[in-house]
Amino acid sequence: MAVTSQRLSASLAGANLFAALKEAGVAALIALVLSVIVIGMRTVDQQGGLGVEFRPTVVALAVGLVFAGRFLLVLWWERVKPLDRSARDQVMDRIGAEVLHYSKYAGIALFGFALAVPVIWSDNRYVVDIATLVLTYIMLGWGLNIVVGLAGLLDLGYVAFYAVGAYSYALIALHFDLSFWACLPLAGLIAASFGILLGFPVLRLRGDYLAIVTLGFGEIIRVILLNWYSLTRGPDGLSGIPRPSFFGFAFTRSPDDGERAFHQLFGWDYSSMHRIIFLYYLILALALVTNFFTLRIRKLPVGRAWEALREDEIACRSLGINPTNTKLTAFAIGAMFAGFAGSFFATRQGFISPESFTFVESAVILAIVVLGGMGSQVGVVLAAVLLIGGTELFRELAEFRMLAFGALMVAIMVWRPRGLLAHRDPTLLLGGTTPKGDGGGS
Amino acid sequence: MNESRNRALLTVEHLTMRFGGLLAINDVSFVARDREITAIIGPNGAGKTTVFNCLTGFYKPTVGRLTLDHGDRTFLLEQMDDFRVAQKARLGRTFQNIRLFPGMSVLENLVVAQHNRLMRASGFTLFGLFGTGTYRHAEAAAVEKARYWLNRVRLLDRADTNAGALPYGAQRRLEIARAMCTDPVLLCLDEPAAGLNPRESAELNSLLLFIKAEHQIGLLLIEHDMSVVMGISDRIVVLDYGRKISDGTPEEVRNDPAVIRAYLGEDEDEAEAAR
Repeated sequence: MAVTSQRLSASLAGANLFAALKEAGVAALIALVLSVIVIGMRTVDQQGGLGVEFRPTVVALAVGLVFAGRFLLVLWWERVKPLDRSARDQVMDRIGAEVLHYSKYAGIALFGFALAVPVIWSDNRYVVDIATLVLTYIMLGWGLNIVVGLAGLLDLGYVAFYAVGAYSYALIALHFDLSFWACLPLAGLIAASFGILLGFPVLRLRGDYLAIVTLGFGEIIRVILLNWYSLTRGPDGLSGIPRPSFFGFAFTRSPDDGERAFHQLFGWDYSSMHRIIFLYYLILALALVTNFFTLRIRKLPVGRAWEALREDEIACRSLGINPTNTKLTAFAIGAMFAGFAGSFFATRQGFISPESFTFVESAVILAIVVLGGMGSQVGVVLAAVLLIGGTELFRELAEFRMLAFGALMVAIMVWRPRGLLAHRDPTLLLGGTTPKGDGGGS
Repeated sequence: MNESRNRALLTVEHLTMRFGGLLAINDVSFVARDREITAIIGPNGAGKTTVFNCLTGFYKPTVGRLTLDHGDRTFLLEQMDDFRVAQKARLGRTFQNIRLFPGMSVLENLVVAQHNRLMRASGFTLFGLFGTGTYRHAEAAAVEKARYWLNRVRLLDRADTNAGALPYGAQRRLEIARAMCTDPVLLCLDEPAAGLNPRESAELNSLLLFIKAEHQIGLLLIEHDMSVVMGISDRIVVLDYGRKISDGTPEEVRNDPAVIRAYLGEDEDEAEAAR
């Protein structure tokens, strides 16, 4: 009896070994086909033009590595049975719920950390700049989360509103000489009206169709900015955009006559870091406003109507919810926050051109929302830090960091298709107590 | 029958609906009265759900007038957008294939149904953002109403779970509760007993009778389950191939030869004739 079972397991192991070899062989074959073209040939400078150099050893090395790697991987899988999909989803859902539960404290901790960043790295401009960039994307992610995560309207042209905000701010500030604080709401308002403008024609569209139209809208805005030279100065961009002041006190070494500069206000020495740090706190405040607005509006009728609309539009109609108004408010409010972020971008850079508002930006913002888990505020923070901070971290890898970016996206979509922290808490419980949603900072 | 006492709530006159070459409803007229349960029955494909979709504004009828009488005001339903039918004319409905908000909690489903009142109370979001008293009171009232209906449909203990996680029968009950949360004057139920076991459909009967008696509204239902239809209906309208073939009390309809033919014989005869 024991002997037969031993022989059985031995033959089973043999079969597994054979299967593993076979699978590794297939992987090696694919690697061969790919690597012959991609790494097997190399263009070199020769007399009279370009020549091709073949590198069989490198190909052999690559194929060998893939073969060995796949073989070991298959054997490894034999030993540790990976969790099946539903079990894995359950585990991840529990983690999501846990994170959401602790996010109250995590949010405070993150907020504290975000406040402390410029203090800890007060003389490291690079770190503060990156943190500012990450916060900008967090704000954009939170803004888009209203449209995509709550209302379920897939918007691939979100960057258009970012651009509208940036150009509105720049043009108003340049032509009418208004301060940042006066321009900011105006830019938000203009972006919101563009949101409504886009919203009207796409009201009847859902899913893929909506995505295509919004994608087109994003490109239209960019092309208009590029070609309306008399207004936007086209590809030359707008420069000399006024920098924000600390409630009227400019961040300059030597202020105009009769005015005081920021450093004089406190009797400090002038430092170029003052403005950088001020900008950091500015975007932190703007992002937090976006966050609290979203958390609040989720618990209001309009926020619940957005979510209901995402779940089932026909049922919404049967309950007397006006789908037109509900969708338009989602577009408008999402666009407004993009407009605020755009104003910030313009005042921070001092120079804007259509280059900054390409489709890739929309894709990155959408990726942040989707990876983070649609509708999850903390998820957006996590994804923004991962995607924006991560790509900055791997700057040395040059073009390969985009490869890593892609690999990360594929990995998350395979293992966690609903996003890292896709877990939703009800907006009110029967006890009458409204549960705390996810708070967050950076 | 107490026809003389109850006013006509919904009057359907010459309703005709044509989809291209298909005549789905052909000149159907009937009346649904206040504080009565009116059932529409008929074989599959008779056009029952199409009648519902015309009533609730999801389809625009080709011909016909649909009048809903609130007593002090009348509404011409065929001229209204679908969401306005629910909002202004206060016609509540459920769906043949349940349409809840599966990702939202049971309680949220019922609170969303009270959207329009809450929207006004929140000053169209403006006051709500700052958490003023009016909105908090309105929300508490909405939760109270939801609690009342949850108690009624025995879902109080499931209030905070996702609607999608409920068993089928509970989802049916929740959908009725959700429609009732919109304060309808006429509740339209599209096959509320479909997929229910005998015990559950008996419970449905008592729920519908309760709604009629306690909330004093009219009910219009499409149903296949004869135990429901015959047990609780005050009036039955029978459709077949888009035409009305009978209209009367359960007793009258049960003995109507045209109805018996439609349910038992005609399909076969038609098949013969087609051959």
